Amino acid sequence: MTASPSEPYDLVVVGAGSAGLAGAVTAAELGLSVALLDSTTQSGGQFYRHPAPALGAVRPEALHHDWSAFSDLRRRLAASTVTHLTGHHVWSVVRESGESGAAAGETGETWAVHAITGADGTEEQPVRITARALLLATGAYERQLPFPGWTLPGVVGAGGAQAMLKSGLVLPGRRIVVAGSGPLLLAVASSLAAAGARVPAVVEAAGYLRYARSPRALVTNPAKAAEALVHGAALLRHRVRVLPGSAVTEVHGTDRVEAVTVSRLDGDWTPVPGTGRRIACDALAVGHGLVPQIELATAVGCATRALPDGTLGLALDDLQETSVAGLWAAGETGGVGGAELARTEGELAGRAIAARLRGRRADPDPGRGVGPGRVGELRRRRDRMRAFADVMSAAHAPGPGWPAWLEDETDVCRCEEVTAGRVREAVTELGARDARTVKLLTRAGMGWCQGRMCGTAVACLAARGGTPEPPAERRPFAVPVPLATLAALDERATEQNL
Amino acid sequence: MPTRKPSDVIVVGAGVVGAACAYYAAQAGLSVTVVDRGSVAGGTTGAGEGNLLVSDKEPGPELELALLANTLWRELADVLPPHVEYEAKGGLVVASGESGMRALRDFAARQEKAGVTTQEVPGDRLHDLEPHLAPGLAGGFLYPQDSQVMPAHAAAQLLHAAGDRVRLRLGEEVTGILTGAAGEIRGVRTAAGELHAPYVVNAAGTWGGALAELAGVHLPVLPRRGFVLVTEPLPRVVRHKVYAADYVADVASGSAALQTSAVVEGTPAGPVLIGASRERVGFDRTLSIEVLRRLAAGATGLFPVLGTVRAMRTYPGFRPYLPDHLPAIGPDPRVHGLLHACGHEGAGIGLAPVTGQIIARCLTSGELPLDIDPFRPDRFTAPEPAPAPGSDPAP
Repeated sequence: MTASPSEPYDLVVVGAGSAGLAGAVTAAELGLSVALLDSTTQSGGQFYRHPAPALGAVRPEALHHDWSAFSDLRRRLAASTVTHLTGHHVWSVVRESGESGAAAGETGETWAVHAITGADGTEEQPVRITARALLLATGAYERQLPFPGWTLPGVVGAGGAQAMLKSGLVLPGRRIVVAGSGPLLLAVASSLAAAGARVPAVVEAAGYLRYARSPRALVTNPAKAAEALVHGAALLRHRVRVLPGSAVTEVHGTDRVEAVTVSRLDGDWTPVPGTGRRIACDALAVGHGLVPQIELATAVGCATRALPDGTLGLALDDLQETSVAGLWAAGETGGVGGAELARTEGELAGRAIAARLRGRRADPDPGRGVGPGRVGELRRRRDRMRAFADVMSAAHAPGPGWPAWLEDETDVCRCEEVTAGRVREAVTELGARDARTVKLLTRAGMGWCQGRMCGTAVACLAARGGTPEPPAERRPFAVPVPLATLAALDERATEQNL
Repeated sequence: MPTRKPSDVIVVGAGVVGAACAYYAAQAGLSVTVVDRGSVAGGTTGAGEGNLLVSDKEPGPELELALLANTLWRELADVLPPHVEYEAKGGLVVASGESGMRALRDFAARQEKAGVTTQEVPGDRLHDLEPHLAPGLAGGFLYPQDSQVMPAHAAAQLLHAAGDRVRLRLGEEVTGILTGAAGEIRGVRTAAGELHAPYVVNAAGTWGGALAELAGVHLPVLPRRGFVLVTEPLPRVVRHKVYAADYVADVASGSAALQTSAVVEGTPAGPVLIGASRERVGFDRTLSIEVLRRLAAGATGLFPVLGTVRAMRTYPGFRPYLPDHLPAIGPDPRVHGLLHACGHEGAGIGLAPVTGQIIARCLTSGELPLDIDPFRPDRFTAPEPAPAPGSDPAP
């Protein structure tokens, strides 16, 4: 559908996970021309990550919860007019004043999406795709808190361990401790156990009792409770112990992980002296929840909201639009809430965008059976699941005492090898009061990951036990871009080379 | 409201200029309170490349400042810890054609008379200095005095080295200037209370105009935006600060329109820094694709080897710009006890020590290192009505 090189799509969707898929197929079914961009070669995002066909997995769905929802979206995508562009790494989105006049949206503006192509970004070709509206569904990445030994081989991200399992059917070890905080841990542990690993313990820093403070959100989200029961039953079956209110405070081993020390935490997450005990293992899968990946949006000035777990999500209106007109977001970008919420928000955004581009309110086109009932229903579902997500986020917020498990020699920034001691010195001796100044004075966060890995830790250390300012999420390049690619940006040949 | 023990002087702004003012004032025996609404180096200092340049300056008062500062930086490099990454690496200005080369030659000859060391480099010798430079350039000039520091550390280490005479109050925004019956300075008001001192130094950089306004005086500091493009870490590919001949003209221009010229330099930490763009668009932090394109094209034009190198990040900074391109340094005759040390545009890191030294000498009635009349803070007549912040007066 569409598109002569000069004519913009109605909608470009960035990210082909649950939210992006739902948004793209909904908008296309309502008659919009849609391009769906994703950096990987398959749709499904992180949640529905699955093996490449060449691996010949017989039942990829065995590792997935709610696979039918995904296969439904995939079927609708195949039947739709959506242009699905795989291997597109989007590094920037820019609002342009509509040179093409009538072709532009009602604001007279178009969006340019800049991407580089190639399965892993190696055969880079610059691509520029224009659209009248944008939907960002870029998901989230895993949050890490450092601890002594966390850079040893054998320590992997909990989400990373699950991704390895889902896409490559590989395990990071044979005897794997799962640790950190957040609902993902139970899912990861049950996947690992189901795939044949021994999981001696799931070490959860939060106390699950915190959920009980918000009974209403629990009662109105029975599916979430059922999901927890499913994981709980799987863990029981595999004889996995869950240790709440505890953390891995040290990893032992010379060349790779041999054991971990697990300590009890008090309510502030400060380790209780004398409670440490060793658990032998050959791998540690660790993560502290997920951080919304929102840099494409913050680079164009979208407002954010502080989430209860200390991360930043995009501030969105009732119909998923950001504070910048013409730019919508769905899924984890507005706060981490899972695949079902992402699907709901994606569909809602798709309907809102279709309505806007046709110059209507997100009202109903009765002829197509899209009554106010559907938008209303989606909004109610979204609000209910968002409420639960906020409870979850609050329950797993890192306590202020966690830096007590850092030694001065512990690396905080792995890319630039900056220790906790140097970060503390920048704060106490040199006048750094926020993560940005710590970065300037220590280089923490200036390396390849651009602070995605150490941002939380640095912000906490800069706050000296107070409430850390959420990292500003200003990274104008969502992925590194070769200078020759930037230098060639004006050549019209780069436009939409489809 | 709580009052605290008064100091001899309050410096508003914990960027490199404020830090240098505090350092030299403390050296002169004064007690100093440094107030900043954010962190040390939280404004333009943290966004700078750390250039200590004489090469880009025409003979005149700013070049005199730069030459004095050059000597002071060399002295400071011996005193401050190695974190400041002082490097006397030299600047190399290159011209692509013969006409550019003639212009460089004239410019350099005039600079020589003013005390700058220059050295002509013929086209076929450029690669001895910069092996990766593009082939076919007409030649260039080497400026051995050009140097570099790491700006955030320069500010932090100056404050640290100033010792116990300096008190730091960070995260405190100045909301008012306290004056006595005769209009003389008594201190500042911040969100946290009052701070008392008979002297206040305005080292608020790009926000110096707003601070002057709190004191009831006109000082038209405007932001002139620049982007820096930062690459992945590399082994030493670029040895000097290398820039194209048109840079000097851009620095001296007052135009609001976007100007870019290629400025490329390596850093001890590995990344290559690429500048320089200048445009007057207020405090707009939005990424400009056109600026990125021009910076990348300029850099790869000078160093083709950088084409496959990845840009990791880019960020804007806001140079504090005064209409005649000279900073405001010294006492303000309109308000007794108010001194200014701001408006250095893109040269603040370089000019910080001499600015700090002048301010300290003014405070202690010491001998000034040069005639500061060209930097008089009251040299601009207030327009009527006053322009909105960030707006653009006549070109």
